[in-house]
Amino acid sequence: MALTLTPGVPMAPGGEAPPERVKRKGKTAYFLLIPGMAWLVFFFVIPLGSLFLTSLERPLGSGPSAGYTSALRWQNYTEAISKYDTEFLRSFWYAGLATIVCLIISFPLAYFIAFRAGRWRNLLLVLIVAPFFCSFLIRTYAWKTILADDGFITTFANSLNLLPDDRILATPLAVVFGLVYNFLPFMVLPLYASLERIDPRLIEAAADLYARPWIGLQRVTIPLAMPGIVAGTLLTFIPATGDFINSQLLGSPRTRMIGNVIQTQFARDALPTAAALSFSLMAVILVVVFTYIRRAGTEELL
Amino acid sequence: MAIATEKATDARLPLHYRFTRYLRSHFIPAIGILGLIYLFVPIAVVFAFSFNDRLPNGRGSVSWVGFSTDAWTNICVDPNICRAVGTSLQIGVLSTIAGTVLGTMIAFALVRHRFRGRQSTNLTIFLPMATPEVVLGSSLLALFLSTRIPLGIVTVLIAHVMFTISFVVVTVKARLAGLDPRLEQAAMDLYADEKQTFRYITLPLVAPGIAAAALLAFSLSFDDFIITYFNKGPSITTFPVYVWASAARGVPPQVNVIGSLMFFGALALVLLAQLAGKVKRR
Repeated sequence: MALTLTPGVPMAPGGEAPPERVKRKGKTAYFLLIPGMAWLVFFFVIPLGSLFLTSLERPLGSGPSAGYTSALRWQNYTEAISKYDTEFLRSFWYAGLATIVCLIISFPLAYFIAFRAGRWRNLLLVLIVAPFFCSFLIRTYAWKTILADDGFITTFANSLNLLPDDRILATPLAVVFGLVYNFLPFMVLPLYASLERIDPRLIEAAADLYARPWIGLQRVTIPLAMPGIVAGTLLTFIPATGDFINSQLLGSPRTRMIGNVIQTQFARDALPTAAALSFSLMAVILVVVFTYIRRAGTEELL
Repeated sequence: MAIATEKATDARLPLHYRFTRYLRSHFIPAIGILGLIYLFVPIAVVFAFSFNDRLPNGRGSVSWVGFSTDAWTNICVDPNICRAVGTSLQIGVLSTIAGTVLGTMIAFALVRHRFRGRQSTNLTIFLPMATPEVVLGSSLLALFLSTRIPLGIVTVLIAHVMFTISFVVVTVKARLAGLDPRLEQAAMDLYADEKQTFRYITLPLVAPGIAAAALLAFSLSFDDFIITYFNKGPSITTFPVYVWASAARGVPPQVNVIGSLMFFGALALVLLAQLAGKVKRR
């Protein structure tokens, strides 16, 4: 995406912004909107509504095989949440941790590409995205090989007595590690996009006014990069919370996340439980997202 | 000259000051390079293990058995693997075309037009990106089950187009919003009609954004496992589904070959596009 910011296209770099476009009124807008929006309504909004109805269904007999009938059984929610509250909390904890680690790694990386990379910039951006074309399941399997118990990393960490469980695989560490790895580019790219837009003269000005580099970063660079930070953390946090691949491949039953539970409940035909869990997950995520966007004071994503 | 004097003053500075300065100038590049290494470690492992031999019983192994180019010369030794790649490519191309067209149209409407219901449109586009894949996959499955639509390639396509649209809209919208409207006004001033302006000015300027969106859509579709897994039914096997299923028996080295090919293919494609762009500009 950011790759497309090639020179030669008038983007008014650092100078005056192009004048505001006059938006046209008329029927063309609806013609352009209707096909795509209809698709989203039929295959996103309506399924969500139907999932909500499923989440309130009542079992006809004992056990999922007996089937369900439509009802307004709100207990499904309380039952599902009280039964799987550990997995719920664990998902948010792992995803939050992974998001913070991603931000710590990505900020210097994006900063480096935006301000220091010079003519290597485009190549570096390509390199950040490139691992993504090698399927994410394959890459996660590769981590399984790298972090294996007899592997170099585990042996080395063990010789320094760093690991409480004497292994990395099947521990929360491995799951968070996998989450960080898989969602890193989702953090780097938006960060880069907003850092790249910062006029470096503003940072110089801060230094000229005797701001120490740390203060300049805090008062100038980070506030200006805020839209990228918000977009990046959301793009990392949301998929990480619902992910079940990393936990399944790199973790153990003790690292089960809510995604794993939803997936197994669906596989067992316990549809109302799975639906209630999906809906609760989405509700919590939306609350987190909107409070976060309000707090951060940017609505650029919307 | 300037450098020499700077060095001379530098040596007179107190040690801790020189240390922080050194850290500042080398810290960020060092983290950047470490980050890149981190990204590429698994790729190196995938490439290395594409040369892994099979176990004596013919199964794939997670640990190193021995060097062999067998997987590279016999990629389709298990016909299912190549069929799965074929299915994934087919689904990827079709959903990319549909998703890019629909998403680009929405992006144009959002940037260029005034219409009622703008807020709810924005929300409907944002929500699929804020929804975890398990929820997207499971809700569609619930719909297909309750309306008795048979699961298969059609349901997978429906799902893929649905989740690519939002990403296309966001990517194309960013490009469109950055365009200088004065360029189109200039074309109109020079007696181009609306169609000509669109064809010769707007479209070429937006094209890189649309291309980036299509590339993103394709990679999202090709790599998707979770949503596909929910909506595929028993008859369809995409490449990620094949990898997932084969894990129980040990992933064959051919999977690593295909992973490497995808990686190098994408890299070559993007670098070629960059080079072509450079040549054209000259």
